[in-house]
Amino acid sequence: MTDNPLFEFLLRMGDNTLILGHRVSEWCGHSPVLEEDIALANTALDLIGQTQMWLGLAAEVEGKGSSADDLAFLRDAWDFRNVLMVELPNGDFGQTMMRQFLFDAWQSIMLGRLMQSSDKRVADIAEKASKEVAYHVERSGDTVVGLGDGTEESHNRMQAALDYLYAYVAEMFESDAVDKAMAEAGIAPDLASLRDEYDALIGRVLAEATLALPKAKFSHKGGRDGFRHTEHLGHLLTQMQWLQRAYPGATW
Amino acid sequence: MTQTTEKPGVAQIWDWLDAVPDPEIPVISLVDLGIIRDVAWNDDTLEVTVTPTYSGCPATTIINLDIETALRGHGIEQLELKRQLSPAWTTDWLTEKGREKLEKYGIAPPQPAGGPQRCPHCGGTHLEKISQFGSTPCKAHWRCKDCLEPFDYFKCI
Repeated sequence: MTDNPLFEFLLRMGDNTLILGHRVSEWCGHSPVLEEDIALANTALDLIGQTQMWLGLAAEVEGKGSSADDLAFLRDAWDFRNVLMVELPNGDFGQTMMRQFLFDAWQSIMLGRLMQSSDKRVADIAEKASKEVAYHVERSGDTVVGLGDGTEESHNRMQAALDYLYAYVAEMFESDAVDKAMAEAGIAPDLASLRDEYDALIGRVLAEATLALPKAKFSHKGGRDGFRHTEHLGHLLTQMQWLQRAYPGATW
Repeated sequence: MTQTTEKPGVAQIWDWLDAVPDPEIPVISLVDLGIIRDVAWNDDTLEVTVTPTYSGCPATTIINLDIETALRGHGIEQLELKRQLSPAWTTDWLTEKGREKLEKYGIAPPQPAGGPQRCPHCGGTHLEKISQFGSTPCKAHWRCKDCLEPFDYFKCI
């Protein structure tokens, strides 16, 4: 599948934060209230900062002389390795916050494990990012509770968001040859081993939010191996990569 | 040969860096902020180790530029800036004088308890959090219920 599983793994980490960071940044200037606008912009900024570290290391590991910027702006949709959930359109504010919570919960657990990575470069990035993500998950969790256990309108919207997004959760715990190689090298955990802790965390928050997990077991996948992204990723890239596509090689 | 005798001492360089203001919160210096982790000579090259506050903080590149400008202004010719991620920056590294300057400036300094101790304007202690995030990645937004003024709180991480 690939001769450089560490590179693939780093792309997965960096593409998750890049694509979600871009999605969240779309709220800048459009949020329901000023404080939420600022909070979302700050979250997006953290995610893009983490992307610089993950993709910077990916570029170094790839060894072809490219940079984090090259990886972000010069690849096409099929080369991206993010999970499908982060590329979905934002929907309403509630759906954005539900997605944020479902991702933050995974990322907070994942980074905690990566701090024990046998690769010091990975452990260092995880240590840095985990401090920021602790704030993210606290805030997105609080917002899910506030809106879920809120008015009838906000409750219904949050339940609808959960029903829609939950089918994208399982992909975060999928394992393939890349993950197996990472686990064997002690670089990253076996993703399936994160699931119990994840279920406990989201279970606690969703119960407080008076929201119910959907019964349906179907799950979407195809993002983290680039095999089948949604149609939304291409549209996102036309905006995110516009400058480099229109003016190749342009620099600041 | 003469260059070795002219090399300024490390303590002198720390003093120079302590005069470089943080670009976002200019009342405190880069040394106050605790992001300068090491200053050392490696032969004739000065190595300054800097750690980022938040990974996406846009001030990071400006900070590096400001360090370079300041040290070159003091005659340092061979300079290398190193980025260090671990141990990750913590607000425990803010200097005591930095904390005092922050409060005078109207920003409540970080507290281990996770919230501001008192309003930096009136000293009131009836406070409420408005938002986990504020005008920069390192700050949260709070309000004093005594004087009704909003204020920034330097997040404790």
